[in-house]
Amino acid sequence: MRTALLLLLLLAVAALPGSVWPQRSIDAARTADYIAQHPTAGPILDRLGFFEVYASPWFAAIYLLLLVSLLGCVLPRSVQHWKAMRARPPRAPRRLERLSAHASEEVDATPEQVLEAARDALRRRRMRVHSHDDSSVSSEGGYARETGNLVFHIGLVVLIVGFAYGHLFGWKGDVIVPVGQTFANTLTRYDTFSPGPLVDTEELDPFTIRVDRLDARFEENVQAKGQLGMPRDFTAHVTTTASPGAPEKSGTIKVNHPLEMGKGTAFLLGNGYAPTVTVKDAKGTVLYREATPFLAQDNNYKSVGAIKVPGDGSSTRQLGFSGFFLPTATVDEATGPTSIFPDAKNPVLVLTLFEGDLFPEGRPQSVYTLDTAKLTQVKDAKGEPLRIWLEPGQTLQLPGGRGSITFDRVDRFAGLSIRDDPGKWVTLGASLASLLGLVGSVVINRRRVFVRVTPAIDAGRTVVTVGGLAKDDDASMPEVVTEVLAQITQKAGR
Amino acid sequence: MTNETLAGYSNLALYSAMGVLTLAMIAYAVFLARLVPHRERLRDEGAERVEVREAVHVGAGAPAAGGGASARPAADGAGLPAEPLAARKAAGVAGSLTWLGTGLLIASVALRGLSVDRAPLGNMFEFACAATAFALAAYLVWGTRRDLRWLGLFILVPIVLILGAAMTVWYAPAAELLPSLKSYWLAIHVTVATLSVGLFTLGAVLSLLYLWQEHRATNEITGGFMSAFPAGKTLERMAYGVHIIAFPLWTFTLIAGAIWARQAWGSYWNWDPKEVWTFVIWVIYAAYLHARATSGWSRQAANWIAIAGFLAIIANYAIVNVYFVGQHSYSGL
Ligand code: HEM
Repeated sequence: MRTALLLLLLLAVAALPGSVWPQRSIDAARTADYIAQHPTAGPILDRLGFFEVYASPWFAAIYLLLLVSLLGCVLPRSVQHWKAMRARPPRAPRRLERLSAHASEEVDATPEQVLEAARDALRRRRMRVHSHDDSSVSSEGGYARETGNLVFHIGLVVLIVGFAYGHLFGWKGDVIVPVGQTFANTLTRYDTFSPGPLVDTEELDPFTIRVDRLDARFEENVQAKGQLGMPRDFTAHVTTTASPGAPEKSGTIKVNHPLEMGKGTAFLLGNGYAPTVTVKDAKGTVLYREATPFLAQDNNYKSVGAIKVPGDGSSTRQLGFSGFFLPTATVDEATGPTSIFPDAKNPVLVLTLFEGDLFPEGRPQSVYTLDTAKLTQVKDAKGEPLRIWLEPGQTLQLPGGRGSITFDRVDRFAGLSIRDDPGKWVTLGASLASLLGLVGSVVINRRRVFVRVTPAIDAGRTVVTVGGLAKDDDASMPEVVTEVLAQITQKAGR
Repeated sequence: MTNETLAGYSNLALYSAMGVLTLAMIAYAVFLARLVPHRERLRDEGAERVEVREAVHVGAGAPAAGGGASARPAADGAGLPAEPLAARKAAGVAGSLTWLGTGLLIASVALRGLSVDRAPLGNMFEFACAATAFALAAYLVWGTRRDLRWLGLFILVPIVLILGAAMTVWYAPAAELLPSLKSYWLAIHVTVATLSVGLFTLGAVLSLLYLWQEHRATNEITGGFMSAFPAGKTLERMAYGVHIIAFPLWTFTLIAGAIWARQAWGSYWNWDPKEVWTFVIWVIYAAYLHARATSGWSRQAANWIAIAGFLAIIANYAIVNVYFVGQHSYSGL
């Protein structure tokens, strides 16, 4: 108990740093920023595991020790409890007056009648009853307290097993799906995918999800205290199939209303804009026409993105556009082009143009930014960097016979996260069992009640004494004793 | 989507509740101020008699206080003559004002809910109102079963402070919720969370009073208004009684929160700062229950752990909600 207590306190303290410092598993970018901003403390904290607290060896050490201590405590106790539940209640003490709760009364009945009444009253309280001699009754009840306590503790172990199982066999993947496009559940289709160590990534359920429409609604009425423009509702209307070619079903995915898809559940965790842009060369051949997702940077969806036009790959003069999509654009004196509302009320693409080798040495790069190492910025006629400002439907001829760019229209995209956690039902069941056990272990009281009879001075009358022994901190013992005595005297007559 | 008129009435009810509860707090202070000198006089006069009675007790080998089917608990000032009229009057006024203030507070919470057409538990301001309403309701309901007038001042001081902070620092205008909060789990998870926070508040007050009473006992301090309070042992048992109701409710909060997190964010446990703190609070109170059951640990140490738990609740509320970066973005600030 003492070890468990110390480990519990230690666990509480050890869990806290994870809420203070950014955690790599939750927000890798913020973690990297933090380390960069704290060049002395950052790397030290990093080595000590403060950015991965819940995967750090010291955190694991605490909960594993706690688990061992728990098992070491609960298993012997279960055996003991099993025996105790089948054992007889102990012999009644000689002098019940010595027990902290006791009461006695003289009744007009024989000792046998009184004992019979006592057994009856105690059984009705669902106590286990036994007479060791013919002048007393022993009883014990409330075993469910200990049962509850054991269920609670064992439940915690099973819960952790479920948690671990989910980590080993579960997976999650994120993908951005512009409206109109279809997602097929295969590894290559994901933008990011993190499988548990024992997941067979070849065996994903082959379902598909097409995003038909994405509704977004933002606060337009309440002006006070930053409420304007707060998100109010996001709903993705989708068409799904269990496998390619299977019958189509329509459904919706909303925040708080994920869509269950066989082995995998689709959550709507993000959204944004995917402007459709057409880039043509000087002859009018279409080089690029795609809905290109831009990632929102703030609450008003000022979004960054890049349009990479590799052409047929033969030219070393590949074009790359990078910049912002602004759903409700204005030009701020101080900060330049920005968005003042998250809905697409005045959509604008603000881009700059680069030329050269888009993919130097095939290095991996983000789809939302250009790797400008082998690129040069294209200038306008005045020698200033070219600034492109396009509204839907507008086309701009690029300088130097580089062709044209057209902003056709803008759609939204759905940021879907698809996850499978096969351990969740184990964890849920175990936690509910734990909760029930806990309730049982605090509301039920383990009690022993003894009844002893002695012949009174008047013949045919009996003095009955009831004594109670509470195992736990149980303030209601005196009441129980009085009640039992009243039931006995009522039954046996005074 | 929001009904401004009802929201206005809700604020009006809240301001009235605040005023009435402040008056109730003063009346409970008057009650103690009137009662304590009287009790002290009684004790001085009766000291001799009490000593004689105790000697008899010990001689008979009687068990400790609280035992014996017919023995009345030694605490609660049982056996002392009636209180002075002035104290009783003050307590009567305080009691009525507390009922009225609680009624107004509940009305304010209900009106807020009607004005925004959802459970009024969407931001810190709304949690604070609901949690204090629960704490007051628990105090009043418990008070119908035993004499808790001595506790009035100590329960109203934190409540008036919390409501004051809610109205000034945490106030958020009535508005619709963010998508992630639009779920029936809001009503389930947050209602139970506020209920258990209300009970933990009550428990922390009782634990503190117990520790104070013990401090007086070890340093042999007599007199002062704490002499009008139940004995340490009774207070400790009351604190435990409240905590063992609050703890399973908090456990439920944790489970319901995890289920909701799975619906809203895709995974039932994300180690989000708010989740971490909810878990830490749970572990601290589990440690309290263990400490209380561990034979080598004193009751005082156990109660200090309970108070640490309550400090964590306050930190979780006032600091984590506002300053820590996480997915629980609902402070409304
Ligand atoms: C994961 C860590 C643990 C948690 C969260 C936990 C939680 C709890 C809680 C909440 C109670 C109170 C139930 C009641 O009041 O009846 C309790 C009781 C108890 N725990 Fe644990 N426990 C943990 C680990 C352990 C370990 C490792 C041991 C053994 C060394 C242990 C032994 C006990 C015992 C003996 C009781 C019964 C106390 C009594 O009868 O009142 N616990 N535990």
